[in-house]
Amino acid sequence: MSTNTENVEDLVRKEYEHGFVTDIDTDTVPPGLNEDIITFISRKKEEPEWLLEWRLKAYRQWLKMEDPTWAHLDIEHIDYQAISYYSAPKSKDDAPKSLDEVDPKLLETYEKLGIPLQEQKMLAGVAVDAVFDSVSVATTFKEKLADAGVIFCSFSEAVKDHPDLVKKYLGSVVPAADNFFAALNSAVFTDGSFCYIPKGVRCPMELSTYFRINASNTGQFERTLIVADEASHVSYLEGCTAPMRDENQLHAAVVELVALEDAEIKYSTVQNWYPGDENGVGGIYNFVTKRGDCRGNNSRISWTQVETGSAITWKYPSCILKGNNSIGEFYSVAVTNNHQQADTGTKMIHLGKNTRSTIISKGISARHAQNAYRGLVKISKNADNARNYTQCDSLLMGDQCGAHTFPYIEAKNSSATVEHEATTSKIGEDQLFYCMQRGIAEEDAVNMIVNGFCKEVFKELPMEFAVEAQKLLGVTLEGAVG
Amino acid sequence: MTTDIQNYLNDFDQLQTNDWFAKNRQSALNLFKETGFPNTRQENWKYTDVRPIARKSFSNINDQKTTVSPDNVNAIRFTDLDCIELVFINGIYSVEHSRINELPMNVVVENLADALATDNKLLEKHLSQYADNKISPFTALNTAFIQHGTYINVPDNVVIERPINLLFLSKENPSPFATHPRNLIIMGNHAQTTIIESYIGLDEANYFTNAVTEISLSENAILKHYKIQQESQRAYHIGNLNVMQNKDSKLESHSIALGGSLVRNDIHGQLADEGAEIIMNGLYMTNDKQHVDNHTRVDHLKPHTFSTENYRGVLNGNSRAVFNGKVVVHPQAQKIEAHQNNANLLLSDDAEIDTKPELEIYADDVKCSHGATVGQLDQDMLFYLRSRAIDEETARSLLTYAFADEVISKITLPEIKQRLEYLVVGQLPDAALIREFTNE
Amino acid sequence: MLKIENLHTKVDNKTILKGLNLSVEAGEVHAIMGPNGSGKSTLANVLAGRDGYEVSKGSVTYQDQDLLELAPEERAWAGVFLAFQYPVEIPGVNNVYLLKAAVNAVRKFRGEPELDAVEFLSLVKEKMKLVKMKEDLLNRSVNEGFSGGEKKRNEIFQMAVLEPKLAILDETDSGLDIDALKIVAEGVNSLRNKDRAIVLVTHYQRLLDYIKPDHVHVLSDGKIIKSGGPELALELEEKGYDWVKEAAA
Repeated sequence: MSTNTENVEDLVRKEYEHGFVTDIDTDTVPPGLNEDIITFISRKKEEPEWLLEWRLKAYRQWLKMEDPTWAHLDIEHIDYQAISYYSAPKSKDDAPKSLDEVDPKLLETYEKLGIPLQEQKMLAGVAVDAVFDSVSVATTFKEKLADAGVIFCSFSEAVKDHPDLVKKYLGSVVPAADNFFAALNSAVFTDGSFCYIPKGVRCPMELSTYFRINASNTGQFERTLIVADEASHVSYLEGCTAPMRDENQLHAAVVELVALEDAEIKYSTVQNWYPGDENGVGGIYNFVTKRGDCRGNNSRISWTQVETGSAITWKYPSCILKGNNSIGEFYSVAVTNNHQQADTGTKMIHLGKNTRSTIISKGISARHAQNAYRGLVKISKNADNARNYTQCDSLLMGDQCGAHTFPYIEAKNSSATVEHEATTSKIGEDQLFYCMQRGIAEEDAVNMIVNGFCKEVFKELPMEFAVEAQKLLGVTLEGAVG
Repeated sequence: MTTDIQNYLNDFDQLQTNDWFAKNRQSALNLFKETGFPNTRQENWKYTDVRPIARKSFSNINDQKTTVSPDNVNAIRFTDLDCIELVFINGIYSVEHSRINELPMNVVVENLADALATDNKLLEKHLSQYADNKISPFTALNTAFIQHGTYINVPDNVVIERPINLLFLSKENPSPFATHPRNLIIMGNHAQTTIIESYIGLDEANYFTNAVTEISLSENAILKHYKIQQESQRAYHIGNLNVMQNKDSKLESHSIALGGSLVRNDIHGQLADEGAEIIMNGLYMTNDKQHVDNHTRVDHLKPHTFSTENYRGVLNGNSRAVFNGKVVVHPQAQKIEAHQNNANLLLSDDAEIDTKPELEIYADDVKCSHGATVGQLDQDMLFYLRSRAIDEETARSLLTYAFADEVISKITLPEIKQRLEYLVVGQLPDAALIREFTNE
Repeated sequence: MLKIENLHTKVDNKTILKGLNLSVEAGEVHAIMGPNGSGKSTLANVLAGRDGYEVSKGSVTYQDQDLLELAPEERAWAGVFLAFQYPVEIPGVNNVYLLKAAVNAVRKFRGEPELDAVEFLSLVKEKMKLVKMKEDLLNRSVNEGFSGGEKKRNEIFQMAVLEPKLAILDETDSGLDIDALKIVAEGVNSLRNKDRAIVLVTHYQRLLDYIKPDHVHVLSDGKIIKSGGPELALELEEKGYDWVKEAAA
């Protein structure tokens, strides 16, 4: 609608809301990566010898690997020796016993982010494990969870307090040298979350982790491990933000999920890392390996992601459907604006009989952004009666952006049914006009239509996240149609 | 890799002629020498391993005139179809069997080797312009060995009513041989014609066909192109079809793959001006240990261009099929429409399908869709037929036929349609019964 | 209320409206009739401000302001309502949600307080009766999976809720069976009042059996070539459009 173009321009320049820097002392190692640094990290965290060995092995493998180039991404060369691999808030040395002892500035940071860390401010039923740069700062609701037998703590604590569980499951879904970024993470990961739901337990509340990259020149390499024992159930939320910086920052996380017989894990992410400015300067490189293993019969893993941030996103939350009758789901909204790039999707590996998977992917691309869906549906020979349904839709806003779809389907079983559908189109002018004729301003109309486009995914998110996701979408795309 | 290509280098030295194209042959060979055969680490060849071809030492020199009796050829011809026909036996043009007659004024239809021997400016302008030697090593190899094949030039405003049938026959030879047929089709403004490429193995011959066809369509030209591939069960077939389409031109491509042990078909359409349209229909039916790979790519280079693709596969035995359909919408190519579909029927637990429909879109005002399915026969339909007293096996055959016929039924030339329907039914169990049902 | 003077409009560089004049006062119902391609839908779209309709000459004054200066939503705020010939489907956007946003946008413009959920719902319930809307349609996505009749009814329902000053009904009768037509017409009739003007754009006389217009205009080749009372519609039905064209020529 030509009359509106001028104000549209202003609206697009809406600044990143979470771009503030917290000014506290950090205990950061000099940039660079070698076996000494890895040993330092491991010693600093008082890890057992086997874990140091595991890290070093991953590191030696990583040295032999090359950056992947197959994604539809234009990535500037990353100097892995220029990154600092450890950064912890100073106050960690005498770890806070309660929230009162937590650096007030840190709490202030969380409040600015809108994370209700203090218990009285908590949204009912949400336990937060907040990871600030590399170290888990405080975990709330620990006691209530402990009553239910649920272990929810930082990865470092888990290594100390539950070494058997960690040793049993760490790397069992994403092997140390699975891919370039996973190997890097395995070598240098500093913290993350650990969660164990015992047999038959339905986790009494949503678990949540909030990640934030703060120090400059640091990479964030957190590692999350969630194990749902037989017939247990857990819903896990993850949110991410990072302050505005001119240089790119690396985030290479690994998430492993294990669902045993009859267990169910729901993992939701709202990713809003700093995307860089409107000229594509700065922003997070988000190279993440997420994989869930439906190890037991009748297990279920569901990934829901809303990706609005990061300069570059490279992630494929996947499900290995090993158990018979197991179910894998992937619901994704990926929004790219300005110079953002995303290559994201999923892998559904059907190994067991009667396994089912659903993939719903909504890509929105505006301005100069490039947005690719890449997915693999693999039906192995023994996966009798496997079913997959995939729907991938892309919405384009502006004639400089790109939307790409690369679905791989590999089927080796004659009783399998795989359906893939994809569409790509411009945001509907007829729809916009209809809304505007009913008195709705263009910007709101765009919001309304885009939210409608993403509805199938949003409805998979827990309520608080769904609201946040809708807002984020609005902020990310304001005025992107002109 | 060098050992794999040595026999090609040796044969090249023997065959290289001194015509105007010699330089191009040499540079294509050099390119092939550099790249060698493709491997499965390359995305374009991820699911197709060509080592069986690379390992074998084929002879590229087919000067010993293999003969085929007229009866043999007649058995293969579309006897009821009034057409212009060029026959090639083991890659060599056969004057004896070919029937080039009653051509409209100024239309050229001849053996490419003859055209190359003359000073032909038009040929120079078009030959090796649309098939990119850099994209496929097999195209480079074909270009290095360009000799026999077809050269067709349809001038402006000429409509050729009779279809042109290019019949490539292969027959057992003492030693395995490779042929590199090359076809060049130039269509002027508003020209219109139908071309059939048939690749047929006469016996269980062991050979490698490496065909390349280049097509240039000028403004408003319309070409219907059929490719019917019935190579022998031991044959390797690599085919590349490349088309450059001008304003308002239209290509309708039908590709039917039935034979061959290792088969790869590539179609590359370039919609280079507004109003250009490409329609691609395909059917592959595989059995035993066959491997059939179809790769298509359409480049929407200009606004208001259109592409539609519909490929279907029926897989049986230990066979494997690959489909990769790519649509690229280039920047500024607004108001385009691209629709693509690939459906597969897996009839056996040992068969495998790898399918990948791709969209790469750099413009915003587009309508694109693609879909891919892998599945079995519809249980409700099966039940319905059986409740109407049709035994299960027949019902299955009938429904399989119906699935494949979605593609065949789009063929407008009745003689070809009938022949293909006959061939498709022939691949199914209970063929005789199905014929009764479908011949009503 | 609405004054159109010498309106010329181009679509895709083709001139469709060629000097159209029309004057509509509050409380009046005008029917604009004409054969296919005469420019009826173009007129409706120009008045609502759709992109791609270029006004090359002439003016449209609505309540003493230049209507053509306003963006589509500003026109809606000012009380202009278009019932679409082909209401578009908007997947994922709830019908009621759209309507609530629309009502409150209009109210905000008028300086009235926004309606809360309860007030809004009671308004909706009341208006639904007018067009015998099924309740489940409310909570579906806008027009998605609606039958042709349901879409048209939804348009009139929206009109009832938004209470426009000037309603333009573009081929609201097309594709309706007689029962649906009666319901839609009843809905429209109930919305007639002294402050509201209604412009019916239609190809068929049939609609006018149920909604009695005060004025009937014949549009042909981008111009109004004849105007009259309701009797003109009947005459058209009997004699066809060619008769007026010849008379005007």
